[in-house]
Amino acid sequence: MSEIETFYEVMRRQGITRRSFMKYCSLTASALGLGPAFVPKIAHAMETKPRTPVVWVNGLECTCCSESFIRGAHPLAKDVVLSMISLDYQHTLMAAAGHHAEAALEETLEKYKGNYILAVEGNPPLNEDGMFCIVGGKPFVEQLRHAAAGAKAIISWGACASYGCVQAAAPNPTRATPVHKVITDKPIIKVPGCPPIAEVMTGVITYMLTFDRLPELDRQGRPAMFYGQRIHDKCYRRPHFDAGQFVEAWDDENARKGYCLYKMGCKGPTTYNACSTVRWNEGTSFPIQSGHGCIGCSEDGFWDQGSFYDRLTNIKQFGIEANADTIGMGAAGAVGGAVAVHAAISALKRAQKKNQDKVEG
Amino acid sequence: MTDITPQPPGFEAARLTGDATAQDLETLRKRTSVYVYEAPVRLWHWLNAAAILVLIVTGYFIGAPLPSMQIGEATQQFVFGYIRFAHFAAAQLLTVGFFGRIYWAFVGNHHAKQMFYIPIFKKVWWQEVFFELRWYLFLEAEPKKYVGHNPLAQAAMFFFMTVGITFMLLTGWALYAEGAGQGSLPDLAMGWLLGLVGNSQRLHTLHHLGMWAIIVFMIIHIYAAIREDIMSRQSMVSTMISGHRTFKDDRPE
Repeated sequence: MSEIETFYEVMRRQGITRRSFMKYCSLTASALGLGPAFVPKIAHAMETKPRTPVVWVNGLECTCCSESFIRGAHPLAKDVVLSMISLDYQHTLMAAAGHHAEAALEETLEKYKGNYILAVEGNPPLNEDGMFCIVGGKPFVEQLRHAAAGAKAIISWGACASYGCVQAAAPNPTRATPVHKVITDKPIIKVPGCPPIAEVMTGVITYMLTFDRLPELDRQGRPAMFYGQRIHDKCYRRPHFDAGQFVEAWDDENARKGYCLYKMGCKGPTTYNACSTVRWNEGTSFPIQSGHGCIGCSEDGFWDQGSFYDRLTNIKQFGIEANADTIGMGAAGAVGGAVAVHAAISALKRAQKKNQDKVEG
Repeated sequence: MTDITPQPPGFEAARLTGDATAQDLETLRKRTSVYVYEAPVRLWHWLNAAAILVLIVTGYFIGAPLPSMQIGEATQQFVFGYIRFAHFAAAQLLTVGFFGRIYWAFVGNHHAKQMFYIPIFKKVWWQEVFFELRWYLFLEAEPKKYVGHNPLAQAAMFFFMTVGITFMLLTGWALYAEGAGQGSLPDLAMGWLLGLVGNSQRLHTLHHLGMWAIIVFMIIHIYAAIREDIMSRQSMVSTMISGHRTFKDDRPE
């Protein structure tokens, strides 16, 4: 037996029963959209494969990803996954502090070189040599590059690591930069959201640990199983959208009836995430269910799209708050006015010419 | 010019057309029409116009929906669904039409090619652009004759129709691909654009801007066609119906 434990051994050591383990395997299979035939496969993989260590580093972030992660709907899932992750180093969850923690990280990076998964929460700021985010006395970007060098793959947790999120919103004074623009030579899987759904996080990490490969990704590098469809495509209020029944104002009769929030600027039609299927807080609810539109937190640059309550992106080049429709109406109005004036002048000119012709003729 | 000169009796025009004047007859003696727009081009023009009209109206309502309607339960009501259906159906028509029009640029007559390019390296073309601009600024007393589009119209056609429709087709199909789902045909064809733009809302915004550009074009296009029909030396509106460009005088310049 190798010196590295298998997943199963780790779980048993954590006091998880065989029965719970099997339940976990079936839960994982269904969460990943795999058939029942995969349950024994997952179990077998976990019993025989040495566990893949996960190193979790934190840059510019708010810890909402960690907060979400430890609140997995199925307590078992998060316990199991947490037990698999190397907690030698995770800012908010590790026991060690100071030099001990940094030493522990170094040890893990060295021991599992080329074999660990690097989970990044937050992103590095690049301005001023990265001095806006210092970890262990050094800019975070250095730690990120160092940790990424020996990683097998990288998970970008949340909107920060995937797209930049609020710290990268215009004008982005610290030049906060998503992970994939700093680390370009490693496979990166984006799990956007602010935060991502706990079950999505555990699902992704379990898939990678179990099958030793990235799940199927979409064009933007997100796991297709969770980000393959828009909130809108699976929204339970969709029939009201198709019927043309909308909430017209907050707290109006239609809002009480649970009509579609499209007119209130719900970003469901432009947001790829699993909220409308997996939901939040142990499957209790999600924003639209609680009566507020989606704000599109798992989309690229969602802070820079203008108000959460508008359907169109703000266009700032015109100095004032404008969107495509205000600009378009302005342009069409101006052109329409110009045409009217031009037509009037043309008519006058023509009348003048006719008169002249009459005189000459 | 407008005075009606009395006809000499027994003049042959009297037999041809009851109210033809001697001047009319002189005009009739000359061949003054050129066949410019072949049937497929005219058919495309009107189908395209109808599709664009439907697309603009439904597209605007998709972006800014009508007040909520309470016809029945949501399951028995499909108002917004029908609006979107009309939009998508018209878009499919526009797409097929546009590809047909491109095909016709290859097999059709010389004039069928004109809207697909602008001869920016031809000095004469630029001179004519400035001449046409001067005509629209009331600085020229009389316009030139054009068999096809005048250079200004050609530029407008190229940017608003050829480029504009291409832009709307690309962004529109990329948006449609979102609903059609990953792995669907629209997604395979155009899904990459969403990845390029990065954010679906941004893509929607670009699509809206494209709509307004086409509305601006429509205003100018319809105005210019009617104005030129009245004020220029040639036919405009009827040319897109019959295909024939007729001229009001026989001076070549």
